[in-house]
Amino acid sequence: MTLTLDRREFVHVTALAGGGLLLGSYFDPARAAIDELGEPRTDWMPNNFIRFSPNGSITIIAKNPEIGQGVKTSFPMIVAEELDVDWKSVTVEMAMADNSKYGGQNVGGSSGTPGNYDNLRKTGATARQLFVTAAAQTWNVPEAECSTASGVVSHKTSGRKLKYAELLTKAATLPAPDPASIKLKDPKDFKLLGTRVTNVDAPAIVRGKPLFGIDVTLPGMLYAVFAKSPVFGGKVVSADLDSVKAMPGVKHAFVVEGMAPGMSAGLNPGVAIVADTWWAAKTARDNLQVTWDEGNTAGQSSMEYAQQAAALSKQPPTMPLRKDGDVDAALASAAKTIEGAYTYPFLAHAPLEPMNCTASFRDGKLEMWAPSQGPQGGGALAARALGIQPTDVTVHITRAGGGFGRRAFNDFMVEAAWIAKVVGGPVKLLWTREDDIQHDYYRPGGFHFLKGGVDAAGKIVAWKNHFVSFGENGRFASQADLSPTEFPSRFIPNFTSEASLMPLRVPTGYLRAPGSNALAFVMQSFIDELAHAAGKEPLQFKLDLLATPQITAAAATPPPGGRGGSGGAYDAKRMTGVLELVRDKSGWGKRQLPAGTGMGVAFHYSHRGFFAEVVEVSVDAAKALKVNKIWIAGDIGSQIVNLSAAEGQAQGAALDGLAQALGQEITIDKGRVMQSNFNNFALLRLKQSPPEVEVHFLRTDNPPTGLGEPALPPMIPALCNAIFAASGTRVRSLPLSKQGFKVT
Amino acid sequence: MPYTLKVNGKTTTVDVPGEMPLLWVLRDVLDLKGAKFGCGMARCGACTVHVGGTATRSCITPVSNVDNATITTIEGLSATGTHPLQRAWEELDVAQCGYCQPGQIMTAAALLAKKAKPTDAEIDNAMDGNICRCTTYVRIRQAVRKAATSAAATAMPVGKGNNEAAV
Repeated sequence: MTLTLDRREFVHVTALAGGGLLLGSYFDPARAAIDELGEPRTDWMPNNFIRFSPNGSITIIAKNPEIGQGVKTSFPMIVAEELDVDWKSVTVEMAMADNSKYGGQNVGGSSGTPGNYDNLRKTGATARQLFVTAAAQTWNVPEAECSTASGVVSHKTSGRKLKYAELLTKAATLPAPDPASIKLKDPKDFKLLGTRVTNVDAPAIVRGKPLFGIDVTLPGMLYAVFAKSPVFGGKVVSADLDSVKAMPGVKHAFVVEGMAPGMSAGLNPGVAIVADTWWAAKTARDNLQVTWDEGNTAGQSSMEYAQQAAALSKQPPTMPLRKDGDVDAALASAAKTIEGAYTYPFLAHAPLEPMNCTASFRDGKLEMWAPSQGPQGGGALAARALGIQPTDVTVHITRAGGGFGRRAFNDFMVEAAWIAKVVGGPVKLLWTREDDIQHDYYRPGGFHFLKGGVDAAGKIVAWKNHFVSFGENGRFASQADLSPTEFPSRFIPNFTSEASLMPLRVPTGYLRAPGSNALAFVMQSFIDELAHAAGKEPLQFKLDLLATPQITAAAATPPPGGRGGSGGAYDAKRMTGVLELVRDKSGWGKRQLPAGTGMGVAFHYSHRGFFAEVVEVSVDAAKALKVNKIWIAGDIGSQIVNLSAAEGQAQGAALDGLAQALGQEITIDKGRVMQSNFNNFALLRLKQSPPEVEVHFLRTDNPPTGLGEPALPPMIPALCNAIFAASGTRVRSLPLSKQGFKVT
Repeated sequence: MPYTLKVNGKTTTVDVPGEMPLLWVLRDVLDLKGAKFGCGMARCGACTVHVGGTATRSCITPVSNVDNATITTIEGLSATGTHPLQRAWEELDVAQCGYCQPGQIMTAAALLAKKAKPTDAEIDNAMDGNICRCTTYVRIRQAVRKAATSAAATAMPVGKGNNEAAV
């Protein structure tokens, strides 16, 4: 690898593993900070994450983009804990996109905490060690006699104290300590981690200060809109650019041919309109006449998918996924069998800040400001499209108004870059809400045709799933797959999972808890159906299922990441722990509920997190549905970083699941999306949200893991199981609004 | 054509098309970025400002409709950014992504200006038009209640556009 070094930087690269941060990268302290009189002259950075100013102020660099998941606060908290400084003395600064300084900066998969926790601790501890060494040398005492607290080094026996700020000069001359020698705190001694810390941008947020990508303003900046084919994969045949250019405020209008249309690594074709205000550009676009070549997607529709799936369900599956025992024999001999056809729709992300990017292209160099979940990849994509070197691209990471996986795709960045290059000056591209809903990478819909059987003792002995999904040539479309280890595989002796595929021309991608957000609904609902078929109490039935010996009990640890993992054993012990916790906290089976009110329970493992949830609902005769309360129990390891943000993420993820289940659906007709804005793609509203969502964390002796996603999947089946308990109606198709339920 | 707006206590004249929504006049002409664009059809409330003290969706309000009107944005809600709602939002760490929160606060401020101690149902009715995509509704309800129960809420005039300091 090559590193571009600032003239005053001297970098020791000692570790660069798996996209992790460059822990061994240190500025040369002597040349960095000391003038001829031996006084600190400039800011001193003991590493890429911490900066001390000569006046003693401490800045911690926030590495990963902030999309609402809380890392702009929680990552610097981890550094500050080990640096042993007071949180109120810390200023947080957002990093630039820069792999050489920060390693990977992608946001997704709830990977932030598990991927950075250890390294960020070491980063803080390394800097702390330099101050201890500096103080010990100053006092000529052993380092072991020195301790730190609140940014001060103390010598126990003499009572001498020196602030970090007073030790800058000395510390800056020290060689970087050996990373292997760095001692971390005992978590029992944590003062900051595990407490409630308000997000660092809260003061700016509540006062309306510019923070987000959409708020970026550059001198001489123009505003752009970009009209794309309403049919996926469509191309521009012709556009009446002259009449658009004649409209007030319009400065440029041009066709973008695009490259690799429809691909996440491409640039979609369309018509760019650039004006002196965004409103002028958008008004011109409303009057734009374009003839599109709609291509081969125009024949696709949601209705056709459903008809095809029903037909395929009657044919033998084409893709075996997993086979344990003899499911057909077990179904034939089961005491009771049931069948269920489950479906769920396509979904859009709809983060509240529409896609936008501000780009400036001058002298062959591109500078961008982007609310992206993958700012490094966005820069690389723009470089490829423009035919310039990645080193000629600078990406500023802005706060993002939500992400949910949408901003893992950088189509808006490459569009802005292209338009800025054509225009030759700074341009802010802003999508409309309609652009956002109709040009997403959607959560794919799916169809599951299930059969299950229980024996005379009420134990599940057979499970058969024919999954009709999307893809071609034996390959699932993105996020349309089903893992052979998806629960309850491994827990049922006779288990068959198979698939059939339908071709899809609609782009799909990650939506918060990808795969799991749909699959948990199917699996945990059908398990509930089997509990009732067996005449068993559902929660105990699920505990008993988890206690069943697993078929591949090869490893004691859960598979890393992903949606239930790619192999090994399921950690039934951790899941049992949260299921028992949520049972106890919710008063399951112990409270008298009025008629028409019921409780449902579900659990799911995803993204390294173990979550069980209980929902209480009331359903009246007219199918008016009210969610009374939600209880969440989660196991994300031994340590919560920021308790306030952790509870917020768990609540938000669960209510996001509620939103999906209640009324969200993207339908395709003639190759285009029928929904367009919040009038027909319903986001959750305050009245639909229960007043209470209780969150309980079970601390276990496991590494801390992430929270953006794993609390979402169990919510949907817990809700549907509660509806069954309250009303006797089994929900096998989402959203609930399409099943006659009304939610006010 | 020129329109006169009294925004956060400061009178200003803008020369823009009459159908241009107030949101874009605030954001792109007056450089006040606090009101946000979410939907463009008054369905999410991210663009909420006060016009004559009333919570108003600025994304569908043509500037010609508010000529000479008194307008307050989140930037002018209080001189020092310490309106009881702003303090409650910080203390309860309401925001996740934060994008909708200026609109939430402006809607709540109009409610509290009209009714210092709203009932839970009144809070629900007033806030139901403001979408939070991160679904921070549990804390939004708590924060409105907290601000309403603080004594300062009743003493703080809002939505009058009489704040000179904040523009």
